[in-house]
Amino acid sequence: MTDLDILNYFLSQLVNGLKLGSVYAMVAIGYSMVYGILRLINFAHGDIMTVGVYTILVLMTTFGMPLWSTVLIAIVIAVAVGLSAERVAYRPLRTAGEESTLVSSLAVSIFLQNLMVMIFSPQRKAFQLPENLTVLHQIGSIKLSTMNIITFISVFLILIVLSYVIKKTRIGMAMRACSDNMNASKLMGININVVIVAAFAIGSALAALSGLMLAGEYKTIDPLMGFIPGLKAFCAAVLGGIGRLEGAVLGGFIMGIAEMLFAGLMPTEITPYRDAFVFLLLIVVLLIRPNGILGSKDGGRS
Amino acid sequence: MKIKENNKLRDNNLFRLIVFVLIPLAVIIISGLNENNYYAGLINLFGVNIILVASLNLVNGFSGMFSMGHAAFMAIGAYASAILTLPENIKLNSMPGLPDWLISLNLPFPIALIIGGIMASIVALLIGFPVLRMKGHYLSVATIGLIVIVRAVLDNEDQLTNGARGVTGLPSIASTWIIFGSAVICMFILYRLIRSKYGRGLIAMRDDYVAAQTLGINLTVKKISAFCISAFMGGVAGGLWGHMLSVISGKFFYIDASFKIVETSIIGGMSSLSGAVVGSLVMTFIPEVLAPLENGITLFGFQIPELYGVSNIIMSAFVIFIIIFRRQGIMGYSEIITDSWFSRKTYTSLFKGSEYKNLVKTIVNKFRSIPRCIKSIGAWFSKKFGNANK
Repeated sequence: MTDLDILNYFLSQLVNGLKLGSVYAMVAIGYSMVYGILRLINFAHGDIMTVGVYTILVLMTTFGMPLWSTVLIAIVIAVAVGLSAERVAYRPLRTAGEESTLVSSLAVSIFLQNLMVMIFSPQRKAFQLPENLTVLHQIGSIKLSTMNIITFISVFLILIVLSYVIKKTRIGMAMRACSDNMNASKLMGININVVIVAAFAIGSALAALSGLMLAGEYKTIDPLMGFIPGLKAFCAAVLGGIGRLEGAVLGGFIMGIAEMLFAGLMPTEITPYRDAFVFLLLIVVLLIRPNGILGSKDGGRS
Repeated sequence: MKIKENNKLRDNNLFRLIVFVLIPLAVIIISGLNENNYYAGLINLFGVNIILVASLNLVNGFSGMFSMGHAAFMAIGAYASAILTLPENIKLNSMPGLPDWLISLNLPFPIALIIGGIMASIVALLIGFPVLRMKGHYLSVATIGLIVIVRAVLDNEDQLTNGARGVTGLPSIASTWIIFGSAVICMFILYRLIRSKYGRGLIAMRDDYVAAQTLGINLTVKKISAFCISAFMGGVAGGLWGHMLSVISGKFFYIDASFKIVETSIIGGMSSLSGAVVGSLVMTFIPEVLAPLENGITLFGFQIPELYGVSNIIMSAFVIFIIIFRRQGIMGYSEIITDSWFSRKTYTSLFKGSEYKNLVKTIVNKFRSIPRCIKSIGAWFSKKFGNANK
């Protein structure tokens, strides 16, 4: 192999990392929205993603609807699922400890997974994006589909829009206040429920979108597909500094790139350890920077 | 001396002896004598679950950390003890990478179990130093990471663990006696531990770590030692589990297994060893009751179609229900079962006349209060409906 080949290989792995990273970043933003306010790891986030994907699949294959309209309906359904989970399983536990809500979200996750299994059977299904989104563009030695480019751009678009919402609008200010101190903001007359519902709605809508992107990347879907990427995306959010949207995006990209470079550049005997490597990376980063790379003052370490 | 009046059945030592010790003991003995029965297998699983959940409670409930990685220790214990008990030819076939002395080594089962536990606690010690410095969610995620790492090692070290295919042919020597013997020993150790100075230190740490620190409790030592003890018992339980089913593989000890242990611990009551017993009881037997639903049954003349995953749906709804309406778990902070198992009072009550007299009196009182009870329920209903009509 010449130097140029090696460079090209490295570059293509880097781009693969960016592809994966943008999906992680997308999921991680949704996680961060909810975690930032409620300090709740919403394990069900990954499964709301699955709900969105299946909605898109069913609408596309049985009704033959165009993709954009199915995405809109999927977002509506995902938001409905997210909000009902919030209403039923998280709201009564708002004053309880971290562990209770954690386990409650786990239970919601198992509930949704098995509901999907019950409705759609546990078999894998093929997921085909429309042709015009899977066209490959050749840039140098790198191949990218339209969907990859859309994903990459939309991550930054969403980051900018949400940052604006959080920094400038009324609801965003309320969100920041709640994130700082829930009780004090309640005393200041902020309607906590509205704020939390808004956060869950945004998070679930993003989950549906990122589900589409994940399914486009994997080409097949199954009812349990959302959980592990969801967990990894949460790790990405923690890595970047949870509670901050920039942190989520940065963490997502770092995680995606690290995973892909590890898979591509390490000797083949240890490449199956890529999931382990991701978590090891997380543990090491948390030991050096307990609050994540862009973390805020609220510490994660005692 | 006047006999102390006890109005509550559960405070009566004789009642405790019968309900919490003798009846379960009888069930266990019957199932131990019918080893091949389907329900005997379930009861064995229940025993293993007790050890798993009680040892997790030491970390999650009594010392205020929140570990979700118990399945990792289970896996380590299962594999380590399997290496020590497997016959030589199976080891040569499926684990050729082992050093020669390990291949020819064969130890009695209890020693293999203990070594499995020790291996798990060594891993806990190594991982504990960095990971236990985190708190809250960060710790939970890091311990989930531990499971993923252990799974990756188990699946990819083909020469040592036979990879993702798993190891089959473990001698199924974990009889009911060994399982419940270890369960009782583990519970006794945990029970004494929690009531000792050490255990009070743990609870102090859980309730307020700053205050505990100012009282001279070394938090790092406490955290890591509790984690190691818990991992030891997790490893023992893993070994029992492996030798009960006689097949182990990385996928049995993955995130979902760990979550199930955490759920069981929450349902029973995290801060109670008796909670581990009750939680395991619920989580072992209710899914079995619900299992026929998955294959489609006829109920009240309706043919219910096959519903995959319906038992999991019902269980998770049940978990949410319990967390919302009884946050501290079914047992809360009560230690009634372990108290009646391990205190001398329960057993000496058998020879005390006053206890019998007391029991009879309490039961008679209970029966006498039934009409009053019905009346008050009736009053409650009429009040409810009266309000609704207005």
